[in-house]
Amino acid sequence: MLTCKQFLEELNDYLDPSIDPETKRHLEAHVCECPNCFVIVDTTQKTLKVFRGMDPQPIPEDLKNRLWSALERKMAAKKGVA
Amino acid sequence: MASPGNNASGFDEQELVTRAQAGDNSAFTALVQRYQNRIYRLAKNITQNKEDAEDVLQEAFLKAYSHLDTFQRNAKFYTWIVRIAVNEALMKLRKRKTDRTVPLDEPVDTGEETVNREIAVWEDNPEQRYSRDEMQQILDEAVQDLKPDFRAVFLLRDIEELSTEETAEALGVSVPAVKSRLLRARLALREKLTRKFKRKGEDVFAHL
Ligand SMILES: [Zn+2]
Repeated sequence: MLTCKQFLEELNDYLDPSIDPETKRHLEAHVCECPNCFVIVDTTQKTLKVFRGMDPQPIPEDLKNRLWSALERKMAAKKGVA
Repeated sequence: MASPGNNASGFDEQELVTRAQAGDNSAFTALVQRYQNRIYRLAKNITQNKEDAEDVLQEAFLKAYSHLDTFQRNAKFYTWIVRIAVNEALMKLRKRKTDRTVPLDEPVDTGEETVNREIAVWEDNPEQRYSRDEMQQILDEAVQDLKPDFRAVFLLRDIEELSTEETAEALGVSVPAVKSRLLRARLALREKLTRKFKRKGEDVFAHL
């Protein structure tokens, strides 16, 4: 069986849905036997879930306005050249 | 979370890019609108500085507009704009002398492991126990504590959902470096959030 250290080196592969079934079984064997790594897998998945669950906040209104006027100037300049 | 590149309303990305390249400014504007929030968040996370992030946001889209004709249509516009923004953000970061930045091309950390791993189950649904703002702050602080090169990899892979190869290309590092840094970053974040979200009064798993 893998040591915890060896398993953790492969943690990202284990969490990758496109992992091949053979490797998955190999890694799963460790998780089933090792409560610590089981918890690490679970809390790593939860970590990713909370991060991915956060949609970006809308950018501040004044920043948006500045971005848009900079773009408009650029677009107008390009038109002028053409 | 809507996956980048998908569109709930209006045209798909490919079509907007084609039209923008043909000189339709409203199509480019629609692309900006679609990605401005994500690009700003990314810039803020990488630079850890509001003013820098504002500059990055603006410069990234202006650059994209000027170089639209060099964009390869078989690529993803989103990946392209992320790459431009990352380059701008990293440049800002390097310019800041006060930053304790580790150079991005530093050799791969072969990893002495953290000795005291925090092993504890989480309380149920931490997302529901904190307000959105509190949660945002917890996550921001956790990301802030990462070393800059780990932080950038985590943001591109796990938040912006770029592939390993795209991330390697955007950051100018090797694929193995991306993989190794992503693992360290994820474990470090897991550690930090576990300290915050662990179920109180349960030490069953704390024996390692
Ligand atoms: Zn283990």
